[in-house]
Amino acid sequence: MGVLVADTLVGPKVDWFALSPLLVLLGGAMVLLVVASLTPPWPKRLYATFTAAVAFAAFVLCFPLWHRIDVDGPSTLVGNAMHFDQMALWVTITISVAVFLGSLLTDDYLRREGIDGPEIYALFLLAAIGGIVMGSANDLVVLFLGLEILSIALYVLAASHRKRLQSQESGLKYFVLGGFSSAIFLYGIALVYGGTGSTNFDRMLDALAANVPAQKGDDAILLAGVALLLVGLAFKVAAVPFHFWTPDVYEGAPTPVTAFMASAAKAAAFAAMLRVLLQALPNFADDYRPVVWALAVITVIGGSVMAVVQTNVKRMLAFSSISHAGFMLVGVEAASHLGTDNDGRSSTLLYTLIYAVLVMGTFGVVTAVGRTGDNATDLAGFRGLGRTRPVLAFAMTVLLLAQAGVPLTSGFVAKFGVIRAAVVEHSYAVAIIAMVASVIAAFLYLRIMISMWIADPEAGDDQREPVRTPAYLTVAIALSVAFTLVVGFFPDWLVALAP
Amino acid sequence: MTDFPILTLLVLVPAVGALVVALVSNRQPDLVKVTALLTSILTGGMALWTLFAFEKSEAGFQFVSQHSWIESWGISWHLGVDGISLFLVVLTGILFPLVIAGVDPHHDHKRYLAWMLLLEAGVMGSFVSLDLFLFFVFFEIVLVPMYFLIGGWGYDQRIYAATKFFLFTMVGSAFMLVGIIATALIAKADDGAVTFDLVKIAENAEFAASTGRWLFFAFAIAFAVKVPLFPLHTWLPDAHTQAPTGGSVILAGVLLKLGTYGLLRFGVYLFPEAAVWARPVFLTLATIGVLWGAVAATMQTDLKRLVAYSSVAHLGFIVLGTFALTSQAITGGVMQNINHGISTGALFLLVGMIYERRHTREIAKLKGLQKVAPVFAAAFMIVMLSSIGVPGLNGFVGEFLVLIGSFGTARWWVVIAAVGVILAALYLLWAYQRVFHGEPDDDNRSFAELKWKEGMLLLPFIAIIVFAGVYPKAMLDRIEPSVDKLLEHVQEHSSWVAPEAQSNEGGEG
Repeated sequence: MGVLVADTLVGPKVDWFALSPLLVLLGGAMVLLVVASLTPPWPKRLYATFTAAVAFAAFVLCFPLWHRIDVDGPSTLVGNAMHFDQMALWVTITISVAVFLGSLLTDDYLRREGIDGPEIYALFLLAAIGGIVMGSANDLVVLFLGLEILSIALYVLAASHRKRLQSQESGLKYFVLGGFSSAIFLYGIALVYGGTGSTNFDRMLDALAANVPAQKGDDAILLAGVALLLVGLAFKVAAVPFHFWTPDVYEGAPTPVTAFMASAAKAAAFAAMLRVLLQALPNFADDYRPVVWALAVITVIGGSVMAVVQTNVKRMLAFSSISHAGFMLVGVEAASHLGTDNDGRSSTLLYTLIYAVLVMGTFGVVTAVGRTGDNATDLAGFRGLGRTRPVLAFAMTVLLLAQAGVPLTSGFVAKFGVIRAAVVEHSYAVAIIAMVASVIAAFLYLRIMISMWIADPEAGDDQREPVRTPAYLTVAIALSVAFTLVVGFFPDWLVALAP
Repeated sequence: MTDFPILTLLVLVPAVGALVVALVSNRQPDLVKVTALLTSILTGGMALWTLFAFEKSEAGFQFVSQHSWIESWGISWHLGVDGISLFLVVLTGILFPLVIAGVDPHHDHKRYLAWMLLLEAGVMGSFVSLDLFLFFVFFEIVLVPMYFLIGGWGYDQRIYAATKFFLFTMVGSAFMLVGIIATALIAKADDGAVTFDLVKIAENAEFAASTGRWLFFAFAIAFAVKVPLFPLHTWLPDAHTQAPTGGSVILAGVLLKLGTYGLLRFGVYLFPEAAVWARPVFLTLATIGVLWGAVAATMQTDLKRLVAYSSVAHLGFIVLGTFALTSQAITGGVMQNINHGISTGALFLLVGMIYERRHTREIAKLKGLQKVAPVFAAAFMIVMLSSIGVPGLNGFVGEFLVLIGSFGTARWWVVIAAVGVILAALYLLWAYQRVFHGEPDDDNRSFAELKWKEGMLLLPFIAIIVFAGVYPKAMLDRIEPSVDKLLEHVQEHSSWVAPEAQSNEGGEG
């Protein structure tokens, strides 16, 4: 209505260097999409090497930025839309590592399966951007943008094994259910916007501080919004009872993609959950804390119990990832005790990073054992691996023990962190339930180990295609195992670093 | 002398040995065996050195080494031994080389030996840890090699037994981990900084009665599974019976002691008030265990299972001594840990030898072995008498001390439990009679006599059995000061008054 004054329209100041990890990933994706489509197929391994290099560059860039925050303190970027803090960088590091390892896993997989082309790598990089945006958002709409960038890339990735029917099914299922959950999340945003007049975290806080709705008894719309946001996020982290997509999608998707979903997507979703719950809606902590508590309990128990009855290792690991999500929720629950100085947030973030590396290695072994066609992922496929490929079986054993939370592995450090955070807040019940559930889950890891080391060979085992571990896959598994053990023995540096 | 990190080496040497064994090529089986044997002998030598360098009048922790490990969480690499743990360390050091030298796993030697050495590192670490977190790490890590030893080299039901063993123990540990964290964090309030250091927490922190009891419960459940205390003992007969001979010896010899040792070190020492409060429960469960184990053992048809159930009875006796909370009873219990390790370890070896010869452990199928293998029978007899607790052998000393020490403070429990001692004589002598007496039938006539190598393997066991029976003072002198100190700590931090413990002692020394 007023006079449109065009010459005063100034774009927000952009701190390009602070955005450099995102820009590097974006540039890499563009190069893959544009350049690779104009040039003949690149030589063997070059797509994967390029993607890994891009991810590594993003990873390296985080360190000067980390130092800058150490010196100058955290700030926000692009007109208050994104956070520039160590948590954002931690998510960036986690996701870059996942892309790095994921592209190493994917390289030989694609050649083995006869799928070509750079688009999968480009989608990895785009998904990474989405995940990082989710983890750095200071605005619900920005967060939603990140969520969609990540999700759409994942839908396509899940369906990217064109010759495998389960992969198509996986992609479609994920798309339908994911779209549904995005809609719920979006509706939640709309309701919260209706209640506060803004989608920006800071202004939401201001609005809630100026006009405390609970005192007036008119916070129904806000509470409904909070509930819907929580449902949307619980879907993304695969918390029970919003987990139904997980086993089918994990089983059907190409194994490296499954690994990427379990590591990067989970890390991003948890970062987003922490942002929304702790930074946007701290006023409602007392309302959502019991919900998170209940989610954590049924997720650890549900994931563990359902995992043990599976016979397909990919499905087992899908349920085990649900159980791990439950553990991370224990950390979130602890973090939602605001006001006290607890390690809930940092232990959850520590868990996401450790689990991301762990699950990459685990699925790396599954990638190898899946053999051509990616179908030999039931327990029988692992039978006798200890005899035929002892080193690979040993690597898998270390990774599984870490997932079970055996000491001197990174998995124990992760579990110890969240349980400690819960105990600080006197949430003894949830801590004990989670630990006992992890015993149930341990049974599943034992089953895989029994299959590898102890089970008697059966007729026809010799006729199976031998398990091959090409160079890149080996590197990825070795890095994952090395990280698992190093952090297991010397966790202090990583624990101290977690924001 | 005290600067030399002997305890750190006790943990690291077998761990490094395990790594080396794992890395040696499969094509050099002899090198694998020699490496493993030398590593375990070196560890055993260091354990013995610790025994001789141990200052016997000193009640506190010796050879202490402390380094920071995870500073952010207040966790340190804190090791030390006192009279309570000293002989467990020595027992571990002695048993492993004997098992590695004397028991043939039959297949996959390399992996077997690597797991064995890793197990030794874990057990050593558990016995010398003075940091709650560190102890938990070792306590848990022990599960992994033991799981693979049972699962990989055991008998028919090995997978079931190994899984049951792993999961049972892990459930207990789940409670303990939460308990450990809670203990450290609650102790913080008094002390300022969070620490997982056992000694600091035990000496400085005062837990409110109800808090202390909950925490004690969290620890006790883990140890009760490990001991195993009735009714949590059901994993033990399976694990023992299905484990390979070497695994059974280690399991009975040292692994179960993690439970009794833990109850003393992390139960009674850390939560004296709660331990005193929970006495009746533990005394009752221990007494039931003694009788239950004895009755169940009497009814077994499998010789190995019989020995396994006898462990339940013996360990119940040790727990009884622990919770009688007198100097004599606890000292007897600590000594009985070692006695049980030696005599039951040797019994498992002998049963293993019988199985090697006859490929059965069924008592009904064995007969008249004394006629064809008199030396073997004699060895079995000595070990069995030690297990029964015949005067002059080691078992008697520990058992007698527990009985006499418990009589004042836990009279009715110990009166009932003493029946178990008689039952022990019953089931073991009856088994001996069925297996060794009579005329051997055709199957048993070819039963081979004790070989030289087997004899050399059993000799150290029998030597210890006799030595500790005739001259227990060597052990008791080193155990008692630490036990007295522990008891003083208990009296200081609870309403407990150990009756006449001090006056009895003069007459005994």
